[in-house]
Amino acid sequence: MRELLLCPPDYYGIEYEINPWMNRARGTEAALAQKQWKQLHARLSSLDCEVHLIPPQRGLPDMVFTANAGLTVGRKFIPSNFRHEERAGEQPFFAKWMEERDYEANWLPGNLYFEGEGDALFGNDALFCGYKFRSDIQSHRALADILGCLVISVELVDPRFYHLDTCFCPLPDGSAFWFPSAFDDYGQRTIREHVTGLIDVLPEEAVHFSCNAVVIERDIVLPEGAPRLVATLQDRGYRCHELAMSEFIKAGGACKCLTMFMPQREKC
Amino acid sequence: MVSETIELRGHIIDSLILPKILDQILTHGANFKIGEIKIGERRADQSFARIEVSADTGEALDELMLRLRQHGAEVIERANVQLASAPADGVFPGDFYVTTNQQTFVRFGGKEIEVRPAMLNSAIALDRKKEAARAVKFFDVTKGDEIVVGQQGIRVVPVQRSTTHTDIFQFINTIVDADEPKSAIIRELGEELRRARTAKGKIAIVAGPAIVRTGAGHHLVRLIEGDYVNRLFAGNSFAAYDVERALYGTSLGMNPDLAFARGGHENHLRAINTIREAGGISAAVRQKLLTRGVMHACVRHDVDIVLTGAIRDEGPIPGVTTDVIEAQKVMRQKLADVTHVMLLATVQHSLAVASMLAPTVKTVCVDIDPTAVERAVEHQPLQAVGLVTDVEPFLQELADYLTESRIRE
Repeated sequence: MRELLLCPPDYYGIEYEINPWMNRARGTEAALAQKQWKQLHARLSSLDCEVHLIPPQRGLPDMVFTANAGLTVGRKFIPSNFRHEERAGEQPFFAKWMEERDYEANWLPGNLYFEGEGDALFGNDALFCGYKFRSDIQSHRALADILGCLVISVELVDPRFYHLDTCFCPLPDGSAFWFPSAFDDYGQRTIREHVTGLIDVLPEEAVHFSCNAVVIERDIVLPEGAPRLVATLQDRGYRCHELAMSEFIKAGGACKCLTMFMPQREKC
Repeated sequence: MVSETIELRGHIIDSLILPKILDQILTHGANFKIGEIKIGERRADQSFARIEVSADTGEALDELMLRLRQHGAEVIERANVQLASAPADGVFPGDFYVTTNQQTFVRFGGKEIEVRPAMLNSAIALDRKKEAARAVKFFDVTKGDEIVVGQQGIRVVPVQRSTTHTDIFQFINTIVDADEPKSAIIRELGEELRRARTAKGKIAIVAGPAIVRTGAGHHLVRLIEGDYVNRLFAGNSFAAYDVERALYGTSLGMNPDLAFARGGHENHLRAINTIREAGGISAAVRQKLLTRGVMHACVRHDVDIVLTGAIRDEGPIPGVTTDVIEAQKVMRQKLADVTHVMLLATVQHSLAVASMLAPTVKTVCVDIDPTAVERAVEHQPLQAVGLVTDVEPFLQELADYLTESRIRE
């Protein structure tokens, strides 16, 4: 059974702007955000997985996006080093919580930015890692040293898709769905070389954070607004669970950003 | 040209980071040289590459480095040079670095300092206060001077072969043997000298006595008269032969105009005595004692004459530098701004001059002895042409070509 980490959105809101989606003037509707998060929690809980909750902290509105807590492989937890000061305060809470549950914290050097599962997703037999906007490519080498696995670094070039999990979603059969133009030419070539059966997401669907999906075996929990993608995934035998995510997309996140796997993989 | 060394580590092959970095270097107009590359054997193994990146300007390189760092390139901080004090006047510390004649930089205090001048077979003295590095000979060094030792922190930039234009100097170690045609190359050389004259280059002739003895002196005079010579390097004997020829029509007693002429050394000594009595070559020209010949032409056309002595010299003629250390200094100083050098029929003098030339100086060596030609051009691998021939027909053909082309002008 997969284990997941979520964080209730009690203190969630747009209190600063650190990506093109955030707009303090527009803000979020707290009640609606609560409702959408609860639907996600309920949907994930209904699937074959166990959902853990970390207590939210006042003044850390983005703690709700647990994917950025770190990367968990087996009993190893690699805490994030957030690029933005606004989120740096989340790190000790996540690390402490994981350590209390007997995960071994493997710290990256403090000068290397790394934003956890948001920029590190296993696909096939490699760990795909995004870099430039949030994570440094140098952190990828440190991950490879810690985990001893093949790390494929891909450059992200569209600031709207600033984390890898906003534009790339690996599937258990070794394929993936992705938004190609979020990557530079080399990144696209690399992904095409290492991933078979790629599903290209249309630009008009990608902007609904369609790639920001939680995949639990044959079940895919994703934001609503991507009928073409859903049809393709259903053709391939996946069950799609479409959820309203408007209040979190306002902060540049959706289903996957709100979820961290514990662990993402048992081993490399 | 400035350069930095970068290192890449990680899964740089699978992620296409290595080709991306190389592409970025080229698309920014810079160049790279892969120094070392290790490809991981197993899937999870990381790879490594060390790459030297060079660009035209420091700013261009800095901007490129900023981009490459984003993709994981680590810029290697080059180590500073190691220094040791000269233990005594005229003595270098052990393990002192020996220079080539190529452009050389030393790294000190995080800065790259160019060694000036680019001089073969020297040591490098570093002045911390002035942040200056100079190539020094034994006699330049005084006790306590800081001298570069070992190989660390030194970067040598070899002269690159030009890719934008081709001339006769753009071939590696071009030597035209005795049995090969020379007219075309002499014509090319003539054109090069004309270009040099127009561009206000400095042309130096290193002249051996054979020029006078073979009766080719008047061809050299034609070059001087055509403003193709700015500086004349020769020994005491060349000047003595030339004066003897001018005064008596002989060289070492022989009249080159007569077949199988024989004679004693008497005229040679009388010629030297005349110049000594006059107070020097220029004085002899002023006093109208010396009215023809190469030396005369040099004085009349303001060609700088640099005469140095040798053990067997008679005289010497006034103005000859007989102290060898002093002679080296004078020659170096007089070669500093030279752009073209013709080494004509003199082994020892040619080798001495060749060893003092910057690698960018275009060099022509003419000698009947192939070994002499080879040795003289070896220090200028990309800027030298050697012709194995008697100097007389060479000078005649060159002077004829330049005189005729002047008429055409």
